[in-house]
Amino acid sequence: MRTLFTFVCASALLAQTGESIYLTQCSICHGQRGEGGRGAILAKPKLLHAPDDRALQRVIRRGISGTGMPGTGLADSEIELVAAYVRSLGRVRQAPLPGNPERGRAIYNGRAGCAACHMIDARGGSHGPELTTVGAIRGGDYLRESLVNPEADITRGYVFVRAVTRDKRVVTGTRVNADTFTIQLRDPAGVVHSFIKSELAELNIDLRKSTMPSYRGKLSAEELDDLVAWLATLQGAQ
Amino acid sequence: MKFAFWLLVPAALAQNVPYQRILNAAAEPDNWLTYSGNYQAHHYSALDQINTANVNKLKVSWMYQIRGRQHFEATPLVFDGMMFLTDPPSDVTALDLRTGRPIWQYRRPIPDGVPVCCGQVNRGVAALDDQIFVGTIDSHLVALDAKTGRVRWDVEVADYKLAYTITVAPLAIKDMVIIGIAGAEYGVRGFLDAYDAKTGKRRWRFWTTPGPGEPGNETWSGDSWKYGGATTWVTGSFDPTLNLIYWGTGNPGPDYDGTKRLGDNLYSDSVIALDADTGKLKWHFQFIPHDVNDIDSNQVPVLLDASWKGVSRKLMLFGNRNAFYYVLDRATGEFLMAKQFTRQTWAKSIDAKGRPVPNPEAEPNEKGALVYPDDDGSANWFNPSYSPRTKLFYQNVREKGAFYFKTATSYEPGKLYLGATKRDLTTEEPYGTLRAWNALSGEQAWSFRVESPPWCGVLATAGDLVFSGTMEGDFFALHAVTGKLLWRIQTGGEIWSNPMSYRTGGKQYIVIAAGSSLISFALE
Repeated sequence: MRTLFTFVCASALLAQTGESIYLTQCSICHGQRGEGGRGAILAKPKLLHAPDDRALQRVIRRGISGTGMPGTGLADSEIELVAAYVRSLGRVRQAPLPGNPERGRAIYNGRAGCAACHMIDARGGSHGPELTTVGAIRGGDYLRESLVNPEADITRGYVFVRAVTRDKRVVTGTRVNADTFTIQLRDPAGVVHSFIKSELAELNIDLRKSTMPSYRGKLSAEELDDLVAWLATLQGAQ
Repeated sequence: MKFAFWLLVPAALAQNVPYQRILNAAAEPDNWLTYSGNYQAHHYSALDQINTANVNKLKVSWMYQIRGRQHFEATPLVFDGMMFLTDPPSDVTALDLRTGRPIWQYRRPIPDGVPVCCGQVNRGVAALDDQIFVGTIDSHLVALDAKTGRVRWDVEVADYKLAYTITVAPLAIKDMVIIGIAGAEYGVRGFLDAYDAKTGKRRWRFWTTPGPGEPGNETWSGDSWKYGGATTWVTGSFDPTLNLIYWGTGNPGPDYDGTKRLGDNLYSDSVIALDADTGKLKWHFQFIPHDVNDIDSNQVPVLLDASWKGVSRKLMLFGNRNAFYYVLDRATGEFLMAKQFTRQTWAKSIDAKGRPVPNPEAEPNEKGALVYPDDDGSANWFNPSYSPRTKLFYQNVREKGAFYFKTATSYEPGKLYLGATKRDLTTEEPYGTLRAWNALSGEQAWSFRVESPPWCGVLATAGDLVFSGTMEGDFFALHAVTGKLLWRIQTGGEIWSNPMSYRTGGKQYIVIAAGSSLISFALE
């Protein structure tokens, strides 16, 4: 018991230290919770320049040549701690969930129609965020909230756009790209539309709006549990 | 005629820029002899072949590609048929002006793990006599033979392992090279140095955080001056008549935790006026005493002689990162005016002497303080431009706020020394504006909105054009008087540099670095 207690305390202490190093040395660029900013998003299970722990430690030690990521001057022991913490940012601890994942999968592909807009392992629609690793980065409560209240937290980069052409044609969708003079958006059918901004009658961007429908009242509480349980299994290719 | 032109070429390729030439840069608008175009830092081209009537016919003339993937922040120099620029991290390339083909390259190996907050970048070279000067990310100053790129001398300015780095383009004046330093996010002690251009021997050093016994040391609690930042990473300007060098300084360290450094923290967030021969401080003006928002005052001071309220005065124009435009008397440092040009929350007001009344709610705290501008500033290192034709001051402006949360910090050599973490706003999208205002009154003439906060400088020309670019790769020309869009091109790469202009073979060119390309445009 005492050993276990010591172990738990030591782990908590280590986790805290990794977090504090992260907050003082990394977060100004990578965001408080790894959400990204000047630096890359770290709250995801796979990092482009750090496929394994050794690579991650090397990146933290030396930086990434040709990018803004500098070497950090941290001691090896600190690098281990902060690397473990960075890994934890991209992997939520899933509490046991009540639903049935297999039934959830059927709902996902069936009456909920999720696959029309979302992609898993490069299959499905491209209008909404890809869900291949959503179970690794989002907890059950978050997933459930997203289903019943999609506008509670909109995934970065999924910006709602409403464009009206001069001949009164209305196109809504998600912004794919934009510069000062042009904008490209993808409609719910996955079709990309490109406009010169000065040729549009109206262009509205709403950061609080999502094109995803709410499933409140459309799925029963039990069905929502099942769907959440299925989404939680989506951990990406291991 | 063609034969005669080619006969001239060998003489033109002698590459020699004595001090007198830079002093009289206005006499040779075909060239670009110093970082900001002239010592007054107008970043203006007196060429007018490309103008409001024909700019819509501008086409790519040639492109040069760098190898590195770091931000390409260089402003090239041009003289005697050649262009000189830096490739990140710290390489120098000489290009043939007519074709864009490389003539020589100086490649500097950079050690692993150089601690640098914001990329291994470089903003350009200085030229004097037959030499080219570059500051390196591992904190050396190197003199190269302008004809071949061979190293004449190489001196260590500071220890990069302690996070002293150089990204700034040097300024060559008289027989000296002036070089600044970066690293204020790592608790370095800032300075500005002058080196003998022929030998590389240091002539003087001005510490921007005064040591014990020096005036200003009392503005730092305890020994906080040792780690106080106030770095000098943007090229300054020079008044040869007053013999004064003007240079902006950066944030105090740690960036966000003022409790570690009680007091005004001189000479952080200031502009300093130094005697060019001795490096002694003539005057200073501190824009932000005791900055706790990492605002910095690393801008290019623009010098202008003009009538101020009926009296002819030597003025300094300063479009500060802190969202205020300042006019100072550059002979005395007297504060003449501050005018807010965009949204800010760090100051409640600026008093009659130019001292801000800080807003305590903008200090980083546990719950997160919303601050405008964010730590990248309303402006940044990129040049503004002053046109003597329109009498307007052109400034690219970053419209962005962020939340800052206080964190613990303590100084350790080579590690970040900040005191806060940051969260971007998700409820609004940041954007940018290119603004033109009356240089003397600060009254806005026009504003042009761009997609996101820019990192590109502005070039005004005698063709009454204003050139600038965006993070999405747009490069464009506006009418200098009205701000109307006249020409644009999508370059396909982020623009992190200053446009400039030159003329060769009777043809005017406009140059911009975009992505990894240096692009030269001319009329067909």
